Amino acid sequence: MALEKQRFDTLILGAGGAGLNAALQLANANLKVAVVSKVFPTRSHTVAAQGGVNAALANVLPDNWHWHMFDTVKGSDYLGDQDAIEYMCREAIPTVYELEHNGVPFSRLANGKIYQRAFGGQSQNFGGDQAARTCAAADRTGHAILHTLYQQNIRAKTHFFDEYFAADLIRDQEGIILGALVLDIATGEPLLIEAKTTLLATGGCGQVFRTTSNAHINTGDGKAMILRAGLPLMDMEFFQFHPTGIAGKGMLITEGVRGEGGYLINKDGERFMEKYAPNAKDLASRDVVARSIVTEVRGGRGCGPEADHVMLKVNHLDEEVIAKRLPGIRESSKIFAGVDPVKDPIPVFPTAHYVMGGIPTDRFGRVMPTSDDDGDHLPGLYAAGECACASVHGANRLGGNSLLDILVFGRLAGKNIIDYVRDNPSHRPLDEASVSSAMDRFNKWDAKGDGITVSELRKEFRKTMEDHAGVFRVEDMMQEGVEKVRAIRDKLADVRLTDHSKTFNTNRTEALELENMIDVGLSIAVSALHRKESRGAHSRPDYPKRDDAEWMKHTLYWREGDKLEYKGVRSQPLTVESFPPKERVY
Amino acid sequence: MKFSVYRYNPDTDNEPYMQAFEVETRQGMMLRDALMAIQEQDESFTFRHSCGEGVCGSDGVNVNGSNKLACITPLSELKETVEVRPFPGRPVVRDLVVDMSQFYAQYKKVDPWLIRKEPMPEQEILQSPEERDKLDGLYECIMCGCCSTSCPSFWWNPDKFLGPQALLSACRFLADSRDQASEERLNSLEGPYKMFRCHTIMNCVEACPKGLNPTKAIGHIKAIMLKDAI
Repeated sequence: MALEKQRFDTLILGAGGAGLNAALQLANANLKVAVVSKVFPTRSHTVAAQGGVNAALANVLPDNWHWHMFDTVKGSDYLGDQDAIEYMCREAIPTVYELEHNGVPFSRLANGKIYQRAFGGQSQNFGGDQAARTCAAADRTGHAILHTLYQQNIRAKTHFFDEYFAADLIRDQEGIILGALVLDIATGEPLLIEAKTTLLATGGCGQVFRTTSNAHINTGDGKAMILRAGLPLMDMEFFQFHPTGIAGKGMLITEGVRGEGGYLINKDGERFMEKYAPNAKDLASRDVVARSIVTEVRGGRGCGPEADHVMLKVNHLDEEVIAKRLPGIRESSKIFAGVDPVKDPIPVFPTAHYVMGGIPTDRFGRVMPTSDDDGDHLPGLYAAGECACASVHGANRLGGNSLLDILVFGRLAGKNIIDYVRDNPSHRPLDEASVSSAMDRFNKWDAKGDGITVSELRKEFRKTMEDHAGVFRVEDMMQEGVEKVRAIRDKLADVRLTDHSKTFNTNRTEALELENMIDVGLSIAVSALHRKESRGAHSRPDYPKRDDAEWMKHTLYWREGDKLEYKGVRSQPLTVESFPPKERVY
Repeated sequence: MKFSVYRYNPDTDNEPYMQAFEVETRQGMMLRDALMAIQEQDESFTFRHSCGEGVCGSDGVNVNGSNKLACITPLSELKETVEVRPFPGRPVVRDLVVDMSQFYAQYKKVDPWLIRKEPMPEQEILQSPEERDKLDGLYECIMCGCCSTSCPSFWWNPDKFLGPQALLSACRFLADSRDQASEERLNSLEGPYKMFRCHTIMNCVEACPKGLNPTKAIGHIKAIMLKDAI
């Protein structure tokens, strides 16, 4: 049967906050836009974001975008690109107002303005008192935002391909992306979507680790598609472990709990963050708090029969505050930890949460294909959100900056795509060789016979990543990890599906996802092995100091030969003075 | 623990059947964990799931006769043998996966987005905490479908009766002090089917995994209509 083809002005892969905010701009401008999502849009993982979105609205305490910018640069451990960070922090303000106008049910202050709470790493006046910058809809901010954006896209008549799995990008000889080969999960039929522009908004890849706050769908599909298209990923060694996952399970307990006054204690009841971050204490940056927890547990001060976690104390807060501001957390704690936080502390331990690295883009969301500091972008290809790396988070992301990143850069990519399509109104000729190589990769899973199962290899892979690329990383352990992941990549050839039927074959999609995860996992392991310093979330006891002379640069990883190159940090903002690297204390 | 699971693959099966599985349980295990364990035993077993914490709304199933979200249903609360079936009243795509397109179509019919007629202010539209409180119990819906697919009125008239989920969403916008299309919204719910097929059987309230109350929302819409009529 001939491969079915459809044409659009723009193809958006992913229907989380970035994809939907881009789609909304494009549909409002009457472009023909296709949004492909492997799940119904409101199931995208943006829905799980709890605490909120940062914007210097100054509704609760004095604030301005320049302070937000300082905190973000410092939080990034000076690896973030300051032009992109300035842009994001300035745009945060109109972006949040636009969301509110679109209907997001933000919590409110007595004067009717949007409620804002304190979050980690936030300060007034460039490192002064705690700021309150995180705009929140109770502790369900991501849900409120994602549903609102989906609703507005229904109004704007965006064309959705729900439950379609994007397999590979299609490109021509010049490397220009022409669209993607996707799979209709319900029927098992492939579909070729040709587009003048493509936006990757496929989200994160937390499933590469065994214990994670990320959903089953967060398998780094867009990142892996980029690698297979011969393009690099940037700064993949920087993976954020959120300090407070429910111990042993990984579900997230928002930083907002500490923002509302909760704090961490060890088995002696000691408020240990006072030792590690005397000023910010429990609201120090996430990398700092996660390391402190692991250090406490390794020092024998963990809680529980295995002494393998610490406690998050909330029960000193007013029950009214918990009911009003943290209702979802109370519910999750009861269900998954068997604890009512109004009465008892919540057992927590760091959980794999967010990847700072991703598809390198400039501050317009355009994909940058080389390590050349003055290099040009790849025309017509965009990336936004957790799959991308602008880079606004550098070596460590601040809480509340993730929703912000997806919304600002999704919206911006949408606006830039409108201009691009106006200037480049025609489709480029299809490259049949690229289509057939994508089809071959896809059809290879039709192979029958005995082999390893998808779930077997997935288990081995995720355990390996957890053991060899976690919170603390040393040379030998990581070297071994890289070798193990390479061996796992080789084993992929021996994986066989047990299910070869067409209809809603999750065995097949999970095999494609596993292939993606392994490529992305290797980019993390290889990039981490070679960065011989400690910066942000990348913590090496064998190189405990940040080394700006040698390492204030971005890592670029290519799949072919596991090649690494490096690229300078853009330290020059747009309109203000650069924040030079300083020692990072909280 | 013993499970009996609904199986149907249109590519290979003439008709659906129940299949027995046994899963080794551990403390704190949820139904989703058990379904994943079953999938490890038989990779052809198919169900939707994603976030694992009750917010994405993917893994609604019918378990021991009630609609529930698998990821937040503790096995300890279930009677053995646990019988797991797809949502009732929806066409089965495969195993536990049902076709939800009618459910989504009904949602879209209530114009589920904020409508403002006045120009937008430069900053946020102001809303008092009391006005915002009116959205609690309405905006948290995760569109899992547990309610509508447990509703007999929706089973009989899935194309004409909007169903509890869509009506809860209609109420969410009627209750929003920022929305300026109440009249149109109320008019569009007139007629014998769209809303008035609700016979307050209240299965939806029982089924909602987020503790929301669509029947109350429907009653609230009716009360506004009545007030407007007088």
